[in-house]
Amino acid sequence: MEPTDVRDPAYYHRVVDCQYACPAHTDVPGYIRLIAQGRFDEAYLLNRQSNVFPGILGRTCDRPCEPACRRGRVDGDPVAICRLKRVTSDLKGEIADRLAPIPEQKNGKRVAIIGAGPSSLTVANDLAPLGYEIDIFEKNDQPGGLMRWNIPSFRLPAEVLDEETSNIIDRGGVTVHYNSPVASLGDLLGRGYDAVYVGSGAPRGKELDLPGRHDEAESHIHIGIDWLESVAFGHIDSIGERVLIIGVGNTAMDCCRTARRVGGQDIRVMARRPREYFKASPWELEDAEEEGVQIVVNHAPQRFVIEDGRLTGMEFDVVTWDEGARHSSVVETITVPCDDVILAIGQENAFPWIERDLGIEFGEWDLPVVDETTMMSTRPGVFFGGDAAWGPKNIIWAVAHGHEAAISIDQYCQGLDVADRPPAGQNLISLKMGMNEWSYSNDYNPSPRQEMAHIDLTRRFESLNLEVELGFSAEQYAREAQRCLNCDVETVFSPTLCIECDACVDICPVRCLTITENGDEAELSGRLNTPRANPGQSLYVSAPLPQTGRVMVKDENVCVHCGLCAERCPTAAWDMQEFTLLTSYAGKPGVTHIPVRAASASEGGH
Amino acid sequence: MPSITKPLIPLAPLPTNDLGLTIRDYEGAMSTLCAGCGHDSITAAIVQAFWELSMPPRDIAKLSGIGCSSKTPTYFIRGAHGFNSAHGRMAAIATGAAAANRELTLLGVSGDGDSLSIGIGHLAHAIRRNVKMVYVIENNGVYGLTKGQLSASADIGTRPKKGEANVIAPIDPIMLGLSMGATFLARSFSGDKEQLVPILKAAVAHNGFALIDVISPCVTFNDHEGSTKSYRFVREHEVKEVVTDYVPVREEITATVGGRGSRTVTMHDGSVLTFRATPEGYDPTNRLSVEAYIRDHQRHGEVVTGLLYLDESGSSMHEVNHTPTHALAKIPVDQLCPGSAVLDDLMSDFR
Repeated sequence: MEPTDVRDPAYYHRVVDCQYACPAHTDVPGYIRLIAQGRFDEAYLLNRQSNVFPGILGRTCDRPCEPACRRGRVDGDPVAICRLKRVTSDLKGEIADRLAPIPEQKNGKRVAIIGAGPSSLTVANDLAPLGYEIDIFEKNDQPGGLMRWNIPSFRLPAEVLDEETSNIIDRGGVTVHYNSPVASLGDLLGRGYDAVYVGSGAPRGKELDLPGRHDEAESHIHIGIDWLESVAFGHIDSIGERVLIIGVGNTAMDCCRTARRVGGQDIRVMARRPREYFKASPWELEDAEEEGVQIVVNHAPQRFVIEDGRLTGMEFDVVTWDEGARHSSVVETITVPCDDVILAIGQENAFPWIERDLGIEFGEWDLPVVDETTMMSTRPGVFFGGDAAWGPKNIIWAVAHGHEAAISIDQYCQGLDVADRPPAGQNLISLKMGMNEWSYSNDYNPSPRQEMAHIDLTRRFESLNLEVELGFSAEQYAREAQRCLNCDVETVFSPTLCIECDACVDICPVRCLTITENGDEAELSGRLNTPRANPGQSLYVSAPLPQTGRVMVKDENVCVHCGLCAERCPTAAWDMQEFTLLTSYAGKPGVTHIPVRAASASEGGH
Repeated sequence: MPSITKPLIPLAPLPTNDLGLTIRDYEGAMSTLCAGCGHDSITAAIVQAFWELSMPPRDIAKLSGIGCSSKTPTYFIRGAHGFNSAHGRMAAIATGAAAANRELTLLGVSGDGDSLSIGIGHLAHAIRRNVKMVYVIENNGVYGLTKGQLSASADIGTRPKKGEANVIAPIDPIMLGLSMGATFLARSFSGDKEQLVPILKAAVAHNGFALIDVISPCVTFNDHEGSTKSYRFVREHEVKEVVTDYVPVREEITATVGGRGSRTVTMHDGSVLTFRATPEGYDPTNRLSVEAYIRDHQRHGEVVTGLLYLDESGSSMHEVNHTPTHALAKIPVDQLCPGSAVLDDLMSDFR
């Protein structure tokens, strides 16, 4: 194999599994170390820099980071990254004065943003400090988009949402026009904005056109996201005792748990397919089941049963599936009695307000054609992001889109080529403090993953707004922070210093190092000290070593970043260096705007 | 000393040996030797060899004297018996241990100072008695614990870190062994586990005194330019023409036998040693040819490694002395100490 080029930020970035999996590349180990040091403000700000909504995401994120977490490959349970994010928000102090200042002197460019959801607010967050004047057009009377209307308040309290949206829209440079749905994009484009960003989400719940859907009992059949919105608005405050939810995504979970709080007693989530094919996150399923919701698998809906003008039940085919759940066969047909049905089978985009003669091309499924890197549509100056661009994803993707779109909008307004993306950089700082002493906690902590405490079931349904998750206690977050393996503290190797004494190979607790003859990847993978178990993870291969011309090979898969290789190295050929990915943001190419990271020695090693 | 103890990571099940033990079960405490010490690599080779042999730790006794090398038994096989003796006395203690309990596998670890200066007399007599044990000399050519003075194994011309080059001829433990009638003589290099691990296993199977001289660079005091025991010097001057494989009793012999100089020797326990390659005219059972071969290379400044000499026909201390077949502790007290009447009888024989 060719020697690994560690000067390319992509290599070490890949090693930091959580950060790599996060669409917004949140510096997870960095903020977890700050939590361990009790520096909650910095931990919050480090989060905010990439994901903008730590308090919101700390409760609602889809957590792509956690399945990727290296700890999961070591002891089976990933670090509770999402819950630790919430800790930064719960325990931070006053941070308003540490946010990027909004300049009095504007740069003369005006940007219109449609919708006040997560991607739109991210664009505003990135552009306002650069002097842009931003107008947000929001159809409802409060900001937040789906975060406010589709996520129930027992999961995400309004105060958290208010604080984090306010930090963007109430500091100047941003004007939100509430109750102002955009009826015509053509009209908006005629109002002299330098750029327009469409972050209007995927606001339409999918329909299930089965017999009986539009009969006289229609008022007892609800579209999931619309129903959640009506509950959030206060237009709906009750539901029948027996409720069926069709669909098993996260919206279905929000629907069933909300139904439980507005009068539902016997609530069943009806799924066509077996459990391993559900879209909902496992923890959301667990939370619903804890509240007494039944999850029923292998039931395919057939028709709504209407008797005497009343919805009395729903007919299902009970099915079995072949291996891989591709084909089903019907076992029997049954009727499940119910009073209400909520349809939560997905969302789709709808752009009736975009005229088709504006130069904005629409492609498959009537989605706009959007460049995946620049977020620009086929009409220069009009950008899309969040669910509006490619259909429903999640909040953290919306934030990632917002950052990219903000870069594009800035470049577009400055007359630069939007396709010319600012490069990412990297910073590597040695954490060596002395002989066998590091400025990070390098020991492996065997603690199990900490369980989030929930409010007692006897109290849980007293009010719709009562937050279920209580947050981590001090003991819990301290312990959970120590479970992090510090994957961003990289084992940086200098081949020219190596004397091939084998000390690192011998000491490594996971036997991930091998000194051997070079070979091609497949062949080399077979003769490592521990055979390669996960080809999805990189192999580091050094330049030829000075004494024998062999190479140092490191299988990154389960390195626990304990630093013992560096401690036992007589020539300091190994060093533990903190990797910082220098992500580009609008107007800030490849820099971070928090000068202090965990490089501080305040934690003092071990 | 490292900041942390090598953590036990609960990775998907580690491989186990026939006893159900993982390699981590054959480790010991964290090493306090200098980072990069060759001795730590030998420790790792010992851990691997005994794990692969599936030897119960309780059947092993680790013995050592004084010096950096003699600290290492703490760092491997934590479940084994251990005796850290006075300087140079390890061979004598081991002889006693062997006499008392012939069922233990004795693993002595010593250094060039411990074995070739203060303890050379005990070493010579242990060889002479053919005590059944593995005797590892971790040979770095300097006294590390006393800050790097040249030892008795330092070659002529080798330079210490400070001071003048050596002018006194070294004691070569292999040559010593050849002249004392040793039955198993090997030389290896701490930086070469592929060679050292099979030699260690063969030494355990050997019926007698197995001496392994392992060149083990001292990174702190003897790894510089001008040293003949540095990592670089050994790598550049090592001659590895004698290549051996060890096949335990229970395994089928699959190694290719044949080709230049290949031959097999069946050990007394039924396991098999294969000399996969030996140089032209080299006979690992012929004392004279081995000595000539080593001397010839020494003249050219070369270090010959491998299992250099083997005599499986020799009788060990127990056979020579007709000792009981079991450990003394297992012999009933009335037989072990049959009383004054028997003693009187015995004494009368000498009158």
